[in-house]
Amino acid sequence: MRSIRLRVFRGTPESEPSFAEFDVPAEEGMVVLDALHWVQAHAAPDLAVRWNCKAAKCGSCGAEVNGMPRLTCKTRLSDLPLEEAITIEPMRAFPLVRDLVTDVSWNYEVNRSIVPFSPPADPPPEEWRWAQQDVDRVQEFRKCIECFLCQDVCHVLRNHEIERPFMGPRFLVRTAGLEMHPIDTADRIDYLKDEGGIGFCNITKCCTEVCPEHIAITDNAIIPLKERVADRHYDPLQRLWRRVRGRRGRDLPVVGAD
Amino acid sequence: MVAHRIYPYDVLVIGAGGAGLRAAIEAKEAGASVGLVCKSLLGKAHTVMAEGGVAAALANVDERDTWRTHFRDTMVGGKMLNNPRMAELHARESPDRVRELERWGAVFDRTDDGRILQRPFGGHSHPRLAHVGDRTGLEMIRTLQDRAVATGLDVHMEVTITHLVPTAGRITAAYGYRRLDGTSVLFPAKAIVLATGGFGRAYAITSNSWEYSGDGHALAYRAGAELIDMEFVQFHPTGMVWPPGVRGLLVTEAVRGEGGILRNRDGERFMYRYLPEDRRHEYAADDGEARRWVEAASAGRATDARRPPELSTRDNVSRAIYTEVKEGRGTEHGGVFLDISYLPPDHVRRKLPSMYDQFKELADVDITKVAMEVGPTTHYAMGGIRVDPDTAATTVPGLFAAGEVAGGMHGANRLGGNSLSDLIVFGRRAGAAAAAHAAELPEVSWVDPVRVAEAERELGEPLELADGEDPYRLREELQATMGSRVGIFRTAGDLETAIAEVGVLARRAERMAVRGGRAFNPAWDLVFELRNLLVVSEAIARSAAARKESRGAHSRLDFPDTDPAWAAVNIAVRRADDGMDVVSTPHPPTSDEQETVIALAGGGG
Repeated sequence: MRSIRLRVFRGTPESEPSFAEFDVPAEEGMVVLDALHWVQAHAAPDLAVRWNCKAAKCGSCGAEVNGMPRLTCKTRLSDLPLEEAITIEPMRAFPLVRDLVTDVSWNYEVNRSIVPFSPPADPPPEEWRWAQQDVDRVQEFRKCIECFLCQDVCHVLRNHEIERPFMGPRFLVRTAGLEMHPIDTADRIDYLKDEGGIGFCNITKCCTEVCPEHIAITDNAIIPLKERVADRHYDPLQRLWRRVRGRRGRDLPVVGAD
Repeated sequence: MVAHRIYPYDVLVIGAGGAGLRAAIEAKEAGASVGLVCKSLLGKAHTVMAEGGVAAALANVDERDTWRTHFRDTMVGGKMLNNPRMAELHARESPDRVRELERWGAVFDRTDDGRILQRPFGGHSHPRLAHVGDRTGLEMIRTLQDRAVATGLDVHMEVTITHLVPTAGRITAAYGYRRLDGTSVLFPAKAIVLATGGFGRAYAITSNSWEYSGDGHALAYRAGAELIDMEFVQFHPTGMVWPPGVRGLLVTEAVRGEGGILRNRDGERFMYRYLPEDRRHEYAADDGEARRWVEAASAGRATDARRPPELSTRDNVSRAIYTEVKEGRGTEHGGVFLDISYLPPDHVRRKLPSMYDQFKELADVDITKVAMEVGPTTHYAMGGIRVDPDTAATTVPGLFAAGEVAGGMHGANRLGGNSLSDLIVFGRRAGAAAAAHAAELPEVSWVDPVRVAEAERELGEPLELADGEDPYRLREELQATMGSRVGIFRTAGDLETAIAEVGVLARRAERMAVRGGRAFNPAWDLVFELRNLLVVSEAIARSAAARKESRGAHSRLDFPDTDPAWAAVNIAVRRADDGMDVVSTPHPPTSDEQETVIALAGGGG
């Protein structure tokens, strides 16, 4: 049986980072996560890998494969150049825990800062009637499996290019799903502009490229939200209204802070 | 002793899938302080993998549907072994729970007139499953997760619970560790809800994730609770069989719900041959009638045509596929063909988007052009902790259970779509009852420090042992035993051998040794999961040996018939001083009204 070589990042924040190499027997149809599981069962039982469903439905197993953020459960070995070792590293935008596992808790804190779904106080006596075509767009956003690959690839977050926090593509998608929900009543436009930092996104579309759910993050979520922010804040009448109404919102947490 | 962090709560919920989240929301809204613990990140629990839909008699597609028909279908599908009170509560309450999800932000697929669309599924008399394409579980978990977070309850992500701490006959705390850094945590609680899901990882070929190691089953068993119906393990008929790395991965029943046809290598549509005689009248007589049914289903309208034979119950379809392959009519890779490619490609992609991606990306197969290859895969535990139907209370004071970890609701075979509805119906009931239980207790109870010290010692042991058994090897051996001897078809000889082999493995597992420290160490995690899987495996094998008949998902080659006398019995296991006790307990009787409903010829029947 032919074997393939993996070059896997190993280490903790305290240790000297290093790469360990493993030769793994390749089977037809094998994905990177299969190869990592083989390593755990045969060579390095304590290799830290975060995964759950192995079916591209839970979004747990993100890592950087040959430098590209990917779900390891749907990255097939046969789609990679096998003449050289396959390099597997943890997502770089988040603090390292161990080996391929990072601390992604910052994302959950950002999520909590978004005003939650707010239905009307008086639901209809029977039920809501929504046409399928009217909810298609929201359903696209709700396909997100929270793998955080879009957060990982986003250069604003990855390179810490800014002093202040930026919510990142995942949470722009979530906010879009709330803002465009047929019965949501809350207003998150000021939040997007201020705490969320939507202006920092300069639509390079890297997030859209890595999305395993093929959500058109930039075109369908971020740009329409940017337009809503612009309509309110750069339209003179809207600016006046905003001054009268006052501001509200919560600050985003800082990446890597405990 | 290693210092542990302490987080006291009125109600501690272990597991953050659909049942755990729904329980936590209910308990929090009832005024309890609530901690929610999950082994993975929030939103990654097994519910996220549910595809087909959530069963509820909303009657949006076929107005003949009622809770009564749903109740009857559930009992018939469960071969009358279900707890009838649970099946009734489930059928009555699931429509409200589904509408509640919509009020909380879920966006289901719509009918032409804008209501929640419902799709047909095996064993359901009418199109009944509210769904979002084939990612219904994701929609449900995200909706519940957002709602739970908005209530302000505490979430402890990536925490493994290894011990329940009993004090004076009550559950007073849970003990475990944070996976990120390995530090120990103690959760004193007035009430604990187990919502830990199932145990598919006892088998090598399974649709279940690593999390499914029977943790809740084993924790409850050790605490003295009863496990019932453990012989009933659902083998889902359609898992992927090729390539090897994805063997067992689920192919949603929605493929058959949308009209998928099963054929053997000779091209024969074999399911006609396997329909049980007493149910044959519920299914299409020929391909023409099946086709008319599919056309109506695709258009989301009711029809007089009867459903295709592929929509028989899961136990039956699994046996059929297994038999076809065993008798030499399988495909090259040991499965059968499942074909949906005769429908328009756009329709298939819209109704089954994640199946389309899954086959395209993992198997190079375009399901709009060619047939899939599928075979049975371990999928679901019908058996579980015995609970009170109304309150989800176990037989141990202070301990509640909901969702897959609880037994009774599904009897000998679960219908597709009845799991997601089970989670929200009984998750809510468990949360309410746990909060009420906690409210009656004056203060956080005294937690026995000796028990806590013991738990801590057991955590450290495998890392201190210089030489011992490798948990990966032991798991491999356990899965080999369970797959070959406690699979779809069983015999007394195989089961006795399995019980002996599991016993030997359990003794070897007392001396597991791992290296690498406590921080995110999968080998260390596996030590505790394997101990749980061993308890569960013994319970499955012993219960299967005790039930000397075939019923639902439990097929005995040496007792091939269903014996009415066994309908009066639920097998239960409980912990005894000298090992595992297996006892026959009386099946809760159906009321006269329930009998009448069951006897009705169902609307679509």
